[in-house]
This record gives sequence, structure tokens and C-alpha cells, in this order.
Amino acid sequence: MHLIRRLSGSLIPFVAAFAALLIGAVIIWVLGANPFVGYWELLKGAFGSGDALADTAVRAMPLLLVGTGICIAFRASVINIGGEGQIVCGALLSTVTALALPDLPSVILIPMVLFAGVIGGGFWGAIPGALKAYLGVNEILSTIMLNIVAIQVMNYLLRAPLIDPLEIQRGTRIPQTERLSENADLPILIAGTRLHLGVVVALLASVLAWVFLWRTTVGFKTRAVGHNSAAANYAGMPFKRMTMLALTYSGAMCGLAGAVLVFGSQSHRFITDGSSFGFTGSAGFNGIVAALFGGLHPLWTIPSSFLFGGLLVGANAMQRAIQIDSALVIGLNGLIVVFVVSSTRVRTRLRQALEMTRIRKAEDDSVQVERAPNHE
Amino acid sequence: MEMTDLMLEMKGITKRFPGVLANSDVDFNVRAGEVHTLLGENGAGKSTLMKILFGLYKADEGSIHFEGKPLVINSPAAAISAGIGMIHQHFMLVNTFTVTENVALGLHTSDLVAVRKRLTELTETYGLDVDPDALVWQLAVGERQRVEILKALYRDARLLVLDEPTAVLTPQEVNDFFVTLRQIADDGRGLIFISHKLHEVMALSDRITVLRDGKVSGATTPAETSRQQLAQMMVGRPVKLAPDKPEVSIGQPRLTINNLSVMGDRDVLAVKAVELSVHGGEVVGIAGVSGNGQRELCEAVAGLRMPVAGSVSLDGVDVTAASPRRCRSAGLAFVPEERMLHGAVAEFTVNENLMLLNHDSEEFSRWGFLKIPALRNQADHLVGHYNVKTPSIDTPTSALSGGNIQKLIMARELSSKPAVLVAAQPTRGVDIGAAEYIHERLIAQREQGTAVLVVSEDLDEVMALADRVAVMFEGRIVAVIDRADCTVEGLGLLMAGADPSSN
Repeated sequence: MHLIRRLSGSLIPFVAAFAALLIGAVIIWVLGANPFVGYWELLKGAFGSGDALADTAVRAMPLLLVGTGICIAFRASVINIGGEGQIVCGALLSTVTALALPDLPSVILIPMVLFAGVIGGGFWGAIPGALKAYLGVNEILSTIMLNIVAIQVMNYLLRAPLIDPLEIQRGTRIPQTERLSENADLPILIAGTRLHLGVVVALLASVLAWVFLWRTTVGFKTRAVGHNSAAANYAGMPFKRMTMLALTYSGAMCGLAGAVLVFGSQSHRFITDGSSFGFTGSAGFNGIVAALFGGLHPLWTIPSSFLFGGLLVGANAMQRAIQIDSALVIGLNGLIVVFVVSSTRVRTRLRQALEMTRIRKAEDDSVQVERAPNHE
Repeated sequence: MEMTDLMLEMKGITKRFPGVLANSDVDFNVRAGEVHTLLGENGAGKSTLMKILFGLYKADEGSIHFEGKPLVINSPAAAISAGIGMIHQHFMLVNTFTVTENVALGLHTSDLVAVRKRLTELTETYGLDVDPDALVWQLAVGERQRVEILKALYRDARLLVLDEPTAVLTPQEVNDFFVTLRQIADDGRGLIFISHKLHEVMALSDRITVLRDGKVSGATTPAETSRQQLAQMMVGRPVKLAPDKPEVSIGQPRLTINNLSVMGDRDVLAVKAVELSVHGGEVVGIAGVSGNGQRELCEAVAGLRMPVAGSVSLDGVDVTAASPRRCRSAGLAFVPEERMLHGAVAEFTVNENLMLLNHDSEEFSRWGFLKIPALRNQADHLVGHYNVKTPSIDTPTSALSGGNIQKLIMARELSSKPAVLVAAQPTRGVDIGAAEYIHERLIAQREQGTAVLVVSEDLDEVMALADRVAVMFEGRIVAVIDRADCTVEGLGLLMAGADPSSN
């Protein structure tokens, strides 16, 4: 009984991750390399030194922000696949802000660019939110489509109005902005590493998301709408507004990730290679993976993002050591999601079965069930 | 009683599931030519016993003999070829096929003419009036049920199991249906009738076996027992079937429905020019066969469906076409028909469902933050006060029984001290014990001066609760009758569409 309860708790994601790694090991072995060496190098590359840990944390930061947003959207039963576009929009608005007001002191400019990111991403999330809530447009389709729109807007802006004037002078025309105001640089937390303020921002955002979902009236309504919009409607909740709000909040977190990516980057500019991936590192999608692995719980998304950040950082080390393409890790990410999502089913069933037996017992007792007089 | 008398004999059936003893040493038998009722609450072990009969479960102990031989079957198909037919609550028919084609389905014959001929004979023998050439989707619910029975008879089922067959029928249809069942029994077949409607059980049965907690808690006949005693056998303690109704002075009209017309889901008028008012301290029951506009009427009152004409007012405040939120703040409480779909969030804990309505009131929130301790206190209080049986207020609601979920919804709705309470099918699928409790609570609302509108397909329930009964048929309220002047027969006729002026 105790074993089942533990299994039905938090163990299953780890079993899922282990299973995915096992399959990865077989692939590495089939490709003629040593999986133990590969994984060892991966681990060392991700978590083996202070520098590695800092890199992992920096890599985890956008995953955590996006994942936090995803937690809120999914809890409201809204599937936000538009993280990429929302990151780009947040990054663009914060970049424009820094370009317009470069001389403001850091204490004002940094909060301002971060806030601009929130607004940019939030706006890009509010569009599919409104479309879904008031016109019934499927948000999966609209968010994906808006990704493409955002990327084209980014390409246009970075190739023409926002391009670094030097690029035009030199004729190289690389689509990137100039070195943004130093006042907007996110401070490095530990000298000699890349660990910057963005990581703290991300941690804070996920704690705030937890507070929002479980401690505020609006968060409560959001969850009610997510589980059962009909019942929420019957209870008099404005369920359309909640749907729109959830996508807005989700987009805002992604936009914040965009701002942090720009101002925490080593080049301190906004660069694109024509796709969004060059800039976001697919954080808009990997964040979904991290959130699912964290059970759509903002706080569990913290270790989960750290793990996936580590996998991404370590993959490069593995590639150097055993010449297995780091893309393998992306495949493993996918496998983990498949396992976690399917095992969540198993987990819910187990938990329900357990609850049922407990209830039966409680109801069988003809005496009224004794409850602890005080729960707090 | 000799062995040869018994068509079916199940002896000492015991079935254990992990943590539950679903059947414990159950003896159950059916003689040729009789209707034997199996009665019991949800989870008493009725369906387990039937699943064992049909070979879907294997009994841990006990034996089954059918027509003198040990019964060895492992699927419903094998049961049919052995001569045992099951009439399900949900029909197993192909809507786009004719009646004849549906009967022929699975017979491995292509001679539809022969099937049709035999079918016509059967319909005549048993008075099961159905057009063999009609497409199933064109048939009324009662007719579809007859097709199911014809299917079983065609396959020469000597033993028929009827699982809650009257749930979909009007009282008049039930009467006809019972005549047919009696005829089938008289023909030397055995019938197992599963039901929880006590007056039907008393009317139809030759013998009654009551199950409680997996054990036989009583075996009797209608002549030797009463509805009261049957209820007691089901629940294990004395039960009040009809709540005491203290005299209450009737106040002002609190819910006024004027000339209200509402569209249904299929863009036809579901509610047609309904006039009704419910006074403070009064329970008005709406009787009617399901699908005659009751659901749409309730939803329009609760702000969930836009009326196309007419008006609704609560305590003099016009709430026609208002949002659910405005209706609620005007004093409406609503216990919806589909409790898991509309009444509660299944994944939420008991506490979260109890706070669904009032979490953003001043008492329970400040600056948008929830006051968790106050909310938990409220939940503790409501769970105790409304007798919701749950291990804790943090238990997921989906894990509770139907009766307890309904009590939870009642607790939440009634604690808002409503001016008007609309309760749709308040005890459908709920255990007798919980139903008794819910009835008491509804009646208690009268003393608080609440105007209560109860919609129910169960005439017994309407008669037990209501001070006045409104009968709905095809979207109209065809009659409003004082409780004192109501008879089951009279209401039944009105529910079936009889002209009220002809009485």
C-alpha cells in the first residue's frame, strides 16, 4: 500500500526519465559509442562544476519562465503553443524600450525593460486568448500561426528599422541590433560565471505563479474554468474573461523570458538567424516539456527546468566526448514527455482507486466520519 | 419448492474485490413464470451479481444452475445463446437500421422476410406494438425499449434481466409496459427486474430480494411487505419516505416567470409561453417526462440560456437574460440536473467546491487574496452541518458518492441563504438515505421563506415535496394543481399530453 502511494506520488516522472534515458542508451550503443561514457560526460557537462551549474541555470531560466506560463495556461485548459512568438514579442518591445531610453539609470531601466517584455508577450498572448474566448477560435492553431507572424515581424524589424547602423555601414547586414544600453545589462550574480539576475527573476516568477494559482481569487477561478468551464459558468464565474486572462498571463511570462534572453545574453543585443530558434533556443517549446514534467505545478517546474537545462548543456559535452549528435537529447526530451504524460494517466487512476477504497471505508462506518477539528 | 421449479438458481455467491466484499453468500433464484425483483442501493451488489450471471465476473464461491444444469458462460453473447437476455438501461440499437434489421443483427441470417414474419408474430403475441419497418431513430423511447425486448424474445430468451427499464418511461407507459412484462412471464419465462422505484417494485413483483452491502438483507413478497419496510431493508435503518411538512404561511411571490419562451439546443422552442410564480415558503414541483422543456426552463431562470420572449424576476428584480452572476446576486441558488457536469468541479477538493460561489466575498478574500483559514473553517462547518461524508475537506470531490456530492452542492447553494432555490432532479441516482436527507433540507427551506422550484421526473418525489404541482408537456405548463388535488393517475395523464380540460 505504501509503495503504491509513493509510486502514485512524485516517483513516476523519474521512472519516465529513466526509461527515456535507457532508450537513449540503446541508441548510443547501436551507434557504436559507449552510453556510460556518454551519459557521464553529459552529467559532468551539466552539473560537474560551478561553471557548468551556472550555464545550466542560465539555460534553465527561459524554460522556467515559459514553463510557469504554461502551467497557468494549461491549468485554465488553454493549450499555449505560442511561446516562441510571445518570447519574440517580449524581446522586441523590451529592445525598443532600451533603444528609446538608453540613458536611464539601471535601477529604473532594468525593471522597465523587463516590464516591457511582460507587456509585449502578454499582448501577443491576449490576441489568441480573446479569439478563443469570444470567437471560439482554437488556440492551438492561432498560437502556432501567431508564432510565424511574430517571427516575420522580428525579421523585418531586425533587418530594417532596428538594425545596427554599423551593419549597414559595413555592408554585412547581419540582422541584429546595436549593443544595447549597458544600463540595461542584467547584473552577473557570481563573478566569472554567466549566472545573471534573470535566473532570480525566473525563480520569483514561478513562486508568484504558485501564489496566483492557489492563493488568489482570480487564480482559483482560472483553475475552476480549466477543470470544468460549465460548472464555473453555472457558479457565475466570467469564464470567457478567465480564458483570455490565462493566455495573457502565459504570454506575459514568455515575454519576460524574451526580455531576459536579450539583456542577459553575452552579446547584449537582439540577434536573429531568420528563425526564432536561433534566439530562443526553442525555449517556447522546451518550456512546455519542462512544465509537463513538473506536473504543471509552477514550483515543481523549477527542478524540472533545471534538469532539462542541464540536459541541453550536457548534450554538447557528450557530443564532444563520444561524437553522438547533441540532437539526441532533443529526442530524449520528447520521449520523456510521452512517458510522463502517459504515466500521469496511470497515476491518476492509481490515486482514484486508493481514494475510492478510503471513501468506501469512511461511508461504511455508520458513525459519522471523524474529521480533525482544525486543519490549519 | 422443488428444484425443478427453479429456472435459475444462484447459490452462495461470494465475490471479493480488493478491499470490498461485493457479494457475500448471496442466494438468488428465479422460477419460470415469475417476476423476481432485485432491489438495493447503488453499490449494494446488484450489478456485481448480474455480471456474475452473465459471466463477466467469476464468482469466488458459489454455484449457478440454469434450467437444471450448471451454467458455464463467459460473455453476454454466450448468455444469449444459453437463453438469458439482458435489457440494458442504454439501448444497444443501430439508429439508421429498421427494427427488423436490428433484430436480425447478429443472427447470421440474410432472410429478412422470415425475420420480419416471426417478429410480427411476436409483437402480436405480447402486445409489443412496433412497426417492423420503421427506422429506429424515428421511434420514441418506449418503442425502442420494446425493440430491445423483441430482440431478446426473438432469440428465445427464457430468462430476461431488465436493468432499471422504467427510467425512460412516462407513468402511463410504465403501466402498459408492466402488462407486457406480466404477459411475458405468464408465457413461462422468468424475469429479473432491477429497480429502485419502490411503488413499481410493489406493483410488478412476485418476489423481492433486497441486497445491502453485498448481502441479502431481505427476501419477501409484495403481499408481506410495504414500501416502508423495503426502504428499511435497503438502508438498514428506518427511513422516512415522505418528509414531514410543517404548516408554513405562504409569502409574496419571489420567483415570477412571465410568458417565457426559450429555444432548445436544436433551435426549436423548448419552453413555450410559460407563466409561473413561486411564493416564499412554497415548494412548486414541476412534473413531466424528461425532455419536455424542464431543463431549458431552469437554465433560463438561472441565466444560462437566453429567453426569446417573456421575463423572469427574482424578488421583483428583473433578471431576464441576465448573466448567471447577476441571477445569483439577485438571490438565486441552483442545483443543476447534471451534478458532475454543472454542479461541481470533479477535480477540485471538497473545500474548493464549497467555496465556488463565495470565495471572492469580503468574508473570504482581501485584495484578491483568498483567506484560506476562513475558507477551511467554512468547509469544515458545511461538511458537518450538511452531513457530507468525506474523509477530509481535501478529498477530491470525484471520489465521493453521488449522494454525498449532491449534499455538498446543496450545502453550498443553501448556505448562500437564497431567495429562490431551483433544484433539478435533486435526488436522481442518489441513495435512499441521502435522498431522505436532501428532501428534509428542501422542505426546511420553506420555513426560511425561500421560494423553491423542484423539477423531477419522479412523481413520488414531486408529490412528497410540492405544495403545488405544475405539469410540463412539450414546453408548456399544461396545468398547475394544488398538492391536495393531485393523484398519480391524473398527473400521469397530463404528463402524457392529455387535455387537462377533459378531466
